[in-house]
Amino acid sequence: MMMRDLFAIVMLFGIYSLLSAAIFVTLDAVDVAFTEAAVGAGISTILVLSTLALTSSEEKPPQHKFFLPLLVVLITGTALVFGTLDMPDFADPNAPVHQHVAPRYIHDSFQETGLPNIVTSVLASYRGYDTMGEVVVIFTAGIAVSLLLTSVRHKRNEPGNLKDLGHHPIILYVSQLMIPLILLFALYVQFHGDFGPGGGFQAGVIFAAGFILYAMIIGIDKIRETFSSACLRWLAVTGVVLYISVGIVTLLLGGEFLNYNVIAEDPVEGQHWGIFLVELGVGITVTATMLGLFLTFSEVKRSQ
Amino acid sequence: MWDLILLYTSNVSLILGSFLSLSLGLGLIRFPDFYSRMHAAGVADTLCAGLIVFGLSLQSGFNLVTLKLYLILLFIWFTSPTSSFTLANTAYRAGHGVDKTSEEESSSKS
Repeated sequence: MMMRDLFAIVMLFGIYSLLSAAIFVTLDAVDVAFTEAAVGAGISTILVLSTLALTSSEEKPPQHKFFLPLLVVLITGTALVFGTLDMPDFADPNAPVHQHVAPRYIHDSFQETGLPNIVTSVLASYRGYDTMGEVVVIFTAGIAVSLLLTSVRHKRNEPGNLKDLGHHPIILYVSQLMIPLILLFALYVQFHGDFGPGGGFQAGVIFAAGFILYAMIIGIDKIRETFSSACLRWLAVTGVVLYISVGIVTLLLGGEFLNYNVIAEDPVEGQHWGIFLVELGVGITVTATMLGLFLTFSEVKRSQ
Repeated sequence: MWDLILLYTSNVSLILGSFLSLSLGLGLIRFPDFYSRMHAAGVADTLCAGLIVFGLSLQSGFNLVTLKLYLILLFIWFTSPTSSFTLANTAYRAGHGVDKTSEEESSSKS
């Protein structure tokens, strides 16, 4: 409770994410578990650690009294717990969440979209608006961080700490062996998401993690040459634009926004193409944003 | 008969793997300094993962799941020692020597 070591807190947070991923697996929510493991335990730990490298790994002692915040937290917590009393029982089959649209997804999604993985069809097709919102949120976050840090960017980090790791042959060879496999696995997750667990978000994060590993072990300058910040920004925009343009195309073809049935003659094939393109857009944006965040963090000089 | 042998072999290797995993955790908490903790985690990890995957593969039979299990094992066998090595090497080069107090303790005990 009184822990001030931010590094330990970040590690605990990663462990917490991994454990909740295990809980999701036991609840048969494999897609959610995959996302939690890749995003929560994987990439956000890397990003927060690179933030800590910029700031300090010790929390400053608080300046204010803690009675008022405690009171606010207690009141809010009580209100929230009071609110849960009206909720249906855990795993109650008559709960509204199981009666509203879920039966339709479970019974009809295979006929309507032709995808065995219901999660993908819900995420990319039935709930396409929500996913579009999520992609735009990630894109906005990436833009905001790079805007905030641009003012200090001209102070380049001395190439030192990051490059050191690759000097040792064992680390170098094993990561050279692993990076192509990681990228291949990311592509598999991206394009196999229709049939098994996976999809654009996880694939984008894994793809970015492969490049981040390369940057940490073999050399960040190569990554900077390949993906300049302008290039990453264009990629991030491309993903969002791809997603939205699929919606606009469906509008022009006479359907509703993001109703993929109209893309091809056969509605199921149209769904297939729509979901494929939308997931591709998600993957591109997530990759570009995550990699861009990492590169932005590593460019800023450590503040004293 | 054959099924029974398979079942018992799988159970024994699963239990052994879990025991190793447990002792790994214990070592991680109880050992005095950074490097011996690393040693506990890094050494037991490979054997523990191997035993558990072996036990699970005996239960799954010979199919695609087994192949995937052994691919995971291969991945762990490549990455886990490398990451332990990276951690220890980085700590060593960052000048994180063996803790002075624990050195004195061990010399006074012996």
